[in-house]
Amino acid sequence: MTFGLQTAAYIAATVLFILALGGLSNQEKAKRAVWFGIIGMAIAVIATIAGPGVEVSPMLIGIIVTGALIGALVANRVEMTGMPQLVAALHSFVGLAAVFIGINSDMTAHDFPSSAAQVIHEVEVFLGVFIGAVTFTGSIIAYGKLAGKIGGKALILPGRHLWNIFLVGGSLILLVMYMNHAGSWTLYAMTILSLILGAHLVMAIGGADMPVVVSMLNSYSGWAAAATGFLLGNDLLIVTGALVGSSGAILSYIMCKAMNRQFVAVILGGWGDASGPAMEIDGEQVAIDVDGVASSLDDADSVVIVPGYGMAVAQAQQSVSELTRRLRAKGKLVRFAIHPVAGRLPGHMNVLLAEAKVPYDIVLEMDEINDDFANTDVVIVIGSNDIVNPAAQEDPNSPIAGMPVLEVWNARQVFVSKRGQGTGYSGIENPLFFKENTRMLYGDAKTSLDELLKKIN
Amino acid sequence: MRIGSPKEVMPGEARVAMTPDSALQLQKLGHECFIETSAGTAARFSDQDYRDAGVTVLDNAAQLFERVDVVTKVRPPIESELDRLSPGQTLIGFFDPAGNEALLEKAKALKANVIAMEMVPRISRAQKMDALSSMANIAGYRAVIEAGNNFGRFFTGQITAAGKVPPAKVLVVGAGVAGLAAIGTAQSLGAIVRAFDVRPEVAEQIESMGAEFLFLDFDDSQDGAATGGYAAPSSPEFREKQLALFLGQASEVDIVITTALIPNREAPELWTKEMVEKMKPGSVIVDLAAEKGGNCKLTVADEKIVTENGVTLIGYTDFPSRMAAQASTLYSTNIRHMVADLTPEKDGQIHHNMDDDVIRSSTVTFNGEITFPPPPPKIQAIASKKVEKVPEKTPEEKAADETEAFAKAGRQQTKLLVIGAVLTALIGSVAPADFMQHFIVFVLAIFIGFQVIWGVAHSLHTPLMAITNAISGIIVLGALLQLDADGSTVVTVLAGIAVLIATVNIVGGFMVTRRMLQMFKKS
Repeated sequence: MTFGLQTAAYIAATVLFILALGGLSNQEKAKRAVWFGIIGMAIAVIATIAGPGVEVSPMLIGIIVTGALIGALVANRVEMTGMPQLVAALHSFVGLAAVFIGINSDMTAHDFPSSAAQVIHEVEVFLGVFIGAVTFTGSIIAYGKLAGKIGGKALILPGRHLWNIFLVGGSLILLVMYMNHAGSWTLYAMTILSLILGAHLVMAIGGADMPVVVSMLNSYSGWAAAATGFLLGNDLLIVTGALVGSSGAILSYIMCKAMNRQFVAVILGGWGDASGPAMEIDGEQVAIDVDGVASSLDDADSVVIVPGYGMAVAQAQQSVSELTRRLRAKGKLVRFAIHPVAGRLPGHMNVLLAEAKVPYDIVLEMDEINDDFANTDVVIVIGSNDIVNPAAQEDPNSPIAGMPVLEVWNARQVFVSKRGQGTGYSGIENPLFFKENTRMLYGDAKTSLDELLKKIN
Repeated sequence: MRIGSPKEVMPGEARVAMTPDSALQLQKLGHECFIETSAGTAARFSDQDYRDAGVTVLDNAAQLFERVDVVTKVRPPIESELDRLSPGQTLIGFFDPAGNEALLEKAKALKANVIAMEMVPRISRAQKMDALSSMANIAGYRAVIEAGNNFGRFFTGQITAAGKVPPAKVLVVGAGVAGLAAIGTAQSLGAIVRAFDVRPEVAEQIESMGAEFLFLDFDDSQDGAATGGYAAPSSPEFREKQLALFLGQASEVDIVITTALIPNREAPELWTKEMVEKMKPGSVIVDLAAEKGGNCKLTVADEKIVTENGVTLIGYTDFPSRMAAQASTLYSTNIRHMVADLTPEKDGQIHHNMDDDVIRSSTVTFNGEITFPPPPPKIQAIASKKVEKVPEKTPEEKAADETEAFAKAGRQQTKLLVIGAVLTALIGSVAPADFMQHFIVFVLAIFIGFQVIWGVAHSLHTPLMAITNAISGIIVLGALLQLDADGSTVVTVLAGIAVLIATVNIVGGFMVTRRMLQMFKKS
């Protein structure tokens, strides 16, 4: 394959990738969009292998087939609730690949037409490895947190900002040394520093911020690919990397806006510091059994269900779907209210509900449904906490003050399905549970809902 | 303590200050209850009902006044009743302290403690004892019923086989408790209800009851919150505009219910003779202010008259008494709450706590002292809520704002573009042409990314992430290109691993995305 033909293939792949991303504007188009992506990727890989500079060997085929098999296996086996972990884990692969490619490029001999070109090449190597390494360890830590292998709480080391500055500053010094021909060891040293940096950055971020972290890592993996593209002078890599990078950046921005937080504040770790004592909460949490919930649901005309991470943990989406089906069969208006940061991934809840065959046109976003709560008879909160916390509006000292929340308390009656009386992922007390129109349905979400289903026919 | 109620002596007064129900509650507070025989008959409570509730029925008022420590009444006492009070005895009931100085002096001389129910301050805590409101509520309801009784048509509009009936149009002037109750009643009977009040802040309450608020465009509107929820007398200019508004309504409406009363003042004239003359024959006016001279000066207190042009004018002053059973139930509950506040320990001992805001305000004589008028209450009657007046923007102003915002966004964009241009120029001045070509591609791709991603549906953010993740596996190209480069074994091994994991990423990412998207189904 000639260079020109290869470039033509790359152009086709680029267009297909853009169509793939743009196609996600609605559910129906999205199914076609994936095929654009797959075809684009196939064209790109085949054109590269068939192009100049790559020799088709049995080993190469073997590697690709093995990788494809592993990928297919993992993708088919993963539970939908395990999606966040999987995405985080896959990000780490991109990061690691970027590190390897950068180091390889350093080891390979190059001729440079000018000194400027050499400087740029060295910066590219350094940048590619740096971003790749941060993505790698960051993703691994994020995977650990999402999979529950590492505690969800933010680990805040004393002087954590100093640590970050030291790590970034150290990497910069090593870059200068590298450019002054101090040798490859500076690159390796920097790799270690940035590996630590990635781990440290994500360790300091609490579980509730995970949607932002995952989309941020997504963005990083894109930038790592783009940096590699510069390094190798490959426009397809640059374009695709930039697409992925900007997409992740926008997603992070959307998430941060949904939480009313500054992007930088999230990335640098932990909740913002509260400026005073949290508001005292009066009253007590009143429990209710499934019979009470069932009779309330029987009387209700409109029901809104607010799912959260707890639903994912309890694998309760099928029961929720069944409940929805039965209530709808009785002629009740059932809708779902999804907060932008519900779950551990942007849009996490939508995917789980879709898996359980809940029709997507009754699943609404926060802005679409927030004004309707006042006219709603019953709200069922399943395993969500911070996203329905009225303290965000009522208590200026709350760490989540100002974060837009689902105003479920305006409904006539609120039922909260919750494992126990503890606080949520962010560790903040929730005044909703103490409101007069709130009743607590304690127990595992799936067990409770299955009990409830027996009462509703 | 012993608590008792005599039969009301005012002719036509059918209410009673203690019902069998309230007596049961009073006994729970540790008190003993007494009642004069046949006191509740007019309100349909027989002596036997009282006995069943554990109340001692006494033969006459003299006995009652002798036996009890606390006398509860409805109407202000007449002199002969007051004479029966002994030192230290407490009287709870309406008293009209402002208009009844002679009685006040007498009660002081007798060293009796008098609690006047109309002096209960209008604060949230005291609402349960606010007898004026509970009576006004009844008056408002009854005013509509009386009007309907004298009005020859349906309230609700009907189209029947026998012809079309227009709905009645009801105008309620003054949207206090009585006014709002009247609005609600007329509304539920199906009439078209309009209402007016000098306090613009009640517009919301009027509209909440389903009536139309007649808006009077006037700057000097008053804030009723400062005057305990009552309207203050209005300025002559305001009055003039208001009368013009009513004159316009007079020929249209069928029923007028006026409820404008300001405490301790003569009722303001709102419905003039001229307006009455403009009304259609068969129309009805109910003047709830008749006792204080009436909002319509043609009104005769306690009577129903018909004017020459056929307008019925109702000036009854005993609306609550006309629903004696209901009124007694509500009033006795107000009294019972007052006694409960006087018995904080629930041990049957009256503790007349003059430091309590509510008790202090309603007590008019105490231990031989006149304690009226009370000092201003510590808590303001109603939370003063200033409605922020946002001036309606004219189209020109709006246009100017838009231009301003647009210009601002433009300046912001220009600034960013300039910064971007400078940075690019800086890079371009040092970097080789080759790099700059990649750079163009890079910048354009970022722009496309931004444009495309904004359109992605929120519910598809997870698939978006999965697909971008798959696409970022494009890094495999880099590894492929290095795999065959004539480098060392290390390079080949590292590149091989990179190809492997990038392939895992690509295949895994796409398959997961497909799995997710397959699940989205429409109902």
